[in-house]
Amino acid sequence: MPVDPVHTAYAAAVNLNGPGHYLDWGVIQISAANLTVIAVMIVLFILALILPFPKGRGRR
Amino acid sequence: MSAGEATPIGPDAVGGQESTGGWTSALRRRAVRALPPEKLLPDTQPAYMASWIYVFGVLTLAAFLVALASGCVLALKGPAWWHTSGVGHYVNSLHLWSVELFMAFMVIHLWGKFFMAAWRGRRALTWITGAVTFLASIGTAFTGYLIQQNFDSQWIATQAKDGMNAVGSGAYFNVMNFGQMIMWHIVLLPAAVGILIAAHLLLVRRRGIVPPIARPAPDTPPSAAETAPLDSATGIRPDAEPEARS
Repeated sequence: MPVDPVHTAYAAAVNLNGPGHYLDWGVIQISAANLTVIAVMIVLFILALILPFPKGRGRR
Repeated sequence: MSAGEATPIGPDAVGGQESTGGWTSALRRRAVRALPPEKLLPDTQPAYMASWIYVFGVLTLAAFLVALASGCVLALKGPAWWHTSGVGHYVNSLHLWSVELFMAFMVIHLWGKFFMAAWRGRRALTWITGAVTFLASIGTAFTGYLIQQNFDSQWIATQAKDGMNAVGSGAYFNVMNFGQMIMWHIVLLPAAVGILIAAHLLLVRRRGIVPPIARPAPDTPPSAAETAPLDSATGIRPDAEPEARS
């Protein structure tokens, strides 16, 4: 099967079967899945601060 | 005590709270004083609550309820079901992913409250119950990973036992003991997390949503504690909010 870089990257991001992919910088080691989750959480946190909230009733 | 000397009971006695005795009426008076119905189920919320950052608390609660419900189904149906059937796999995955969302939403909620200094205004106990809930949730998730009944759980258990033995708790909290771990996971820790969440929510209702820094809280009716006599030595109310002291 030909190796498609885009397909490979996509599959690595979503395929949870098989051994995990790990990143390491010296003593710091983290799985790509955990790093992705943390990144998504940080993005959500920032969006929650900057996105406008819909106007609602019953507030003072 | 004869029937004629008995304390009157019924609607009149309930309405006239001061006339009743016993621990039930005392507890009721204290509960209503601490958390009157209009605070427990308010009609309105402060305008500053109109921000997405205030949503993550209730998202955490929603994810917890899904985890609890899917966990109940798993407990009722058993491992032979969740390991082999399609629906069992689905509910098992629902349990996992609701917990993933629960932890993620809780940490974002924690970040928001930390940067708001949400312990301001006599909300220290609210903050503490939230922090302890976080710790109890980590224990619940950990024991959940231990009872997956796969190679991953075996790996986690054999790695964790060294840590537990190193701190001397391995004899009492034996991560290699499947029976003990499943009881921690489905009885003790969920009960602890549930009780802590309930206490946390009641404290949020009692103290109100924390206002943004440098913005006063809305003009809510003062509670009994806020109308307490001033301290004779300092001239301030001991438990009043810092903003109210100046």
